[in-house]
Amino acid sequence: MKKTITLEVNGVPETAEVEVGTTLLRFLRDGLDLTGAKEGCNEGECGSCMVLLDGRPVNSCLVLAVEASGRRVTTIEGLSKDDVLHPLQKAFLSHAAIQCGFCTPGMIVSAAALLREKPEPSEDDVRKALAGNLCRCTGYRQIVDAVHSAAAEMRAAASVGGNGNADAGKPAACEEVTA
Amino acid sequence: MIASGRIGTDVPRVDGLEKVTGAAQYTADLKFPRLLHVAVVRSPHPHARVLDVRTEKALRMPGVRAVVSGRDFPLHTGIYLKDQTVFATDRVRFVGDPVAAVAAETPEAALEAAALVAVDYEPLPPIFDVEEGIADGAPLVHPDLGSYEVVPWIRPKSGTNVCNHLKIRKGDYASALAGSWRVFENVFRVPQVQHVPMEPHVSVARVDLAGKVEVHTSAQSPFTVRHLLAACFGLSHGDVRVHVPYVGGGFGGKAGINLEPIAVALAMRCRGRWVRFMVDRHEEFYATVVRQGLTATLVTGVDRSGKVQAQKMHYLWNCGAYGGYGVNIVRSAGYTCGGAYEFPNVEGDSIGVYTNRPVGSAYRGFGMQEIHWALEQQMDKVALEIGMDPVEFRLLNALGAGKATVTGQVLDEHAGRVDLCIRSVADEIGMDPGRQKTPYRGKGIACAVKAPAMPNDAASSVVMKFAEDATLEILIAGIDYGQGLMTVVAQFAAEALDIPVEMVRVRGCPDTDLSPYDWQTVASRQTWATGNAVLRGAEEIRRKLCDTAGEALGVPASELILRGGAVVHEATGRSLPLARLVMGYQFPDGHAIGGPVASATSYLPEGLLFLDPETSQSAKPVAKWTFGAQAVEISVDPETGQVTVERIAACYDVGRVVNPGLIRGQTYGGIVQGLGTGMMEELLVDTKTGRAMNASLMDYKIPSTEDVPAEMVVDFVETPQKDGPMGARGIGEHTMIPTPAAIANALYDACGIRISEMPITAEKVWRALKEKERAASEAGVAPAVPASVTA
Repeated sequence: MKKTITLEVNGVPETAEVEVGTTLLRFLRDGLDLTGAKEGCNEGECGSCMVLLDGRPVNSCLVLAVEASGRRVTTIEGLSKDDVLHPLQKAFLSHAAIQCGFCTPGMIVSAAALLREKPEPSEDDVRKALAGNLCRCTGYRQIVDAVHSAAAEMRAAASVGGNGNADAGKPAACEEVTA
Repeated sequence: MIASGRIGTDVPRVDGLEKVTGAAQYTADLKFPRLLHVAVVRSPHPHARVLDVRTEKALRMPGVRAVVSGRDFPLHTGIYLKDQTVFATDRVRFVGDPVAAVAAETPEAALEAAALVAVDYEPLPPIFDVEEGIADGAPLVHPDLGSYEVVPWIRPKSGTNVCNHLKIRKGDYASALAGSWRVFENVFRVPQVQHVPMEPHVSVARVDLAGKVEVHTSAQSPFTVRHLLAACFGLSHGDVRVHVPYVGGGFGGKAGINLEPIAVALAMRCRGRWVRFMVDRHEEFYATVVRQGLTATLVTGVDRSGKVQAQKMHYLWNCGAYGGYGVNIVRSAGYTCGGAYEFPNVEGDSIGVYTNRPVGSAYRGFGMQEIHWALEQQMDKVALEIGMDPVEFRLLNALGAGKATVTGQVLDEHAGRVDLCIRSVADEIGMDPGRQKTPYRGKGIACAVKAPAMPNDAASSVVMKFAEDATLEILIAGIDYGQGLMTVVAQFAAEALDIPVEMVRVRGCPDTDLSPYDWQTVASRQTWATGNAVLRGAEEIRRKLCDTAGEALGVPASELILRGGAVVHEATGRSLPLARLVMGYQFPDGHAIGGPVASATSYLPEGLLFLDPETSQSAKPVAKWTFGAQAVEISVDPETGQVTVERIAACYDVGRVVNPGLIRGQTYGGIVQGLGTGMMEELLVDTKTGRAMNASLMDYKIPSTEDVPAEMVVDFVETPQKDGPMGARGIGEHTMIPTPAAIANALYDACGIRISEMPITAEKVWRALKEKERAASEAGVAPAVPASVTA
């Protein structure tokens, strides 16, 4: 059975007809060619498919596309705009927090949700927030450091405020996450 | 060599931007028109004869485009020992052995059709343990072993389950043992574990209407995939094309061929269509390759000074159903059987045994973590039994310049310094023998060594060329599946040519039709082997640029240097930017010289010698060794048995740190993977049914952020590798080798118990503590804490 859904993905309104059993992950990847969210297990255990649904992190393999109808979805592709990176993306680069890169999109998305809730997270907060994102390469140390570093940068930018911050021209999806 | 600060600095990953933005494409991200989906019919039996396979019903199902089975593809394949067919022909050897496969228009149709394939089996007695497998009269997993094609340096024993046996005979073990002051014998075990790359295996294949095979695959070794596919299907290498896009982790599990033959077999039956075979996470656990199990029996004879005089090492490897890379792990564990120590008299046997378990193959460390689990606990036990400090005992027996390995190779002063690594981590963790002890807190140390286990002629090559604006493009076929190869290649080239790293583009997603040959991305060999090829290429590029510039400027080429993106004549101050040279130089009158500047260079390790077939003695059996050590501090909860790693220190002699951020990442990652195998991971196989019992991420836990030690301290020694690029040697695998043994040794230090079988789970610790308590109360001794603590 098919159903028509209307949703906003990375700020872009989308309307599509989907099989009711189609997961949000499959819809994003096959329907919209947004392949940043990965299929690592298809059962909500690895976090590689993490996206934001109305700003909250979800394993998109456990959400049906029809459940996302009428809601806002942000994927890794929506965190940067043109050449402007999200502070987390910059921090992952500068902290060597990436290896194979397969978990990276989900990891950054989870971290973005954390920093939205807690702009100044403790070590424990970061570890807890990322505990559902498995990584087999990095040993997590540089990832956790990158999250702290991005948090500091975002706090500094927020305290400067207005256009005086280092991230002037931050993309809309990014503001949604950090607001 | 110029030194302008691009080596030893934190150059950001050159593939980083693609990976943080979601732009990086992995095999499953690629789009193919009218893609067909695959489902595989797998054996439900650990060992059975295949009597009949009937595919007619499946073929008749709507949407099904091809069904293939063993009778369609009878050729054997295997990287060293050709013991496997694409599908089981007459016999299945583990639960999950592919028997047939379906390609259909939808994944659902493929699964339904696979269920319609009828297979008649006659179950045979299975074997799961190496001890059973090696016993006289054991059921044979490969009755035709004697007829398989095999490389000369792998020695299967026809009529047995032994797929390889390497013997080390050095000095006079028996006499040395007889003359030893004290002798210790212990047995240690390691179970099968899974690699768990975050990206499951996936391969996409098409056979076009002209018969050319094209494959996109998540693999570590595009050229070996091509080579083995050609052999497997009786094709010319020229008619097989393999692409490897970004790879989401491999750890050895994506070496050689895995899913590719099944995808190709189906593609052959539906010409012109793309066929994608992607295993789900459950199949990933038991149906792709796993790490081999090990039973190690060690005998150590020491003299009164604490020097080991006699050492026996008997390694029985549980290889599972097929030899794969496992037969070479058996070999590598043989010639490395003594670890980081000098043992003057050695009897070593490394024996691979087929069983009806999942297929053992390469896994980060290639057998080294397994043998170090045994060796490094043995060293600790011996030291403590003879009343020596474990750190001093290790230093006394450690390999180093002028000392001989188990194959009789005498190390020179360039070989790397395990002694410095031991001291570094012992200092960091505070392993001073007079230290104050706290109940249920302990400290432990373990060393590590590994050489690249590869054929003596394993080569790497690179092509370097320029774009019109002097952007340097480097084509490689080594795979950067996270370790940072593309970045270090860019660093080496930029350093050698004195151009900004930003001017280099490394084409790191190879295509065997277009990329230069590289044997395989395994063995921690890429920075070293590809790096050497890059430096040779850069030299050739430099020479060509200087030749053209010399003619253009009217000065001898020998007086020219490369500096800051230009060829410079220092004496006159004249220079030419590279952009005016890379496509040829044009004089003011219009005539041009030179031409597009490019190079094709290679590296092949020099001077490697085969092992003696009886004793395995060889003056240079491997290209290089990388030594290291780790030390840990742990706490133990006596109520639950839970072990917490509080701090861990790691130190490796890497020759040269090329990129500190990347090498720290390799080390943290290795430590945590080592912690996973050491404390959490085991692929459980039910010995009644042969089925994997924990084939999911729910049941098979790997470390998450919450399992990582609070503090990991990483240090490096830099004794330059004589034949290493700017002195560098391999490190990728070594970082996970000593972790479990260091934790085991710390556990003994904390509470006087030893876990001889990996992993060190809370349950095992709790049981051992209870057992110790019971034994102590029977003996009428206060049990709560180790004697060393109460003293």
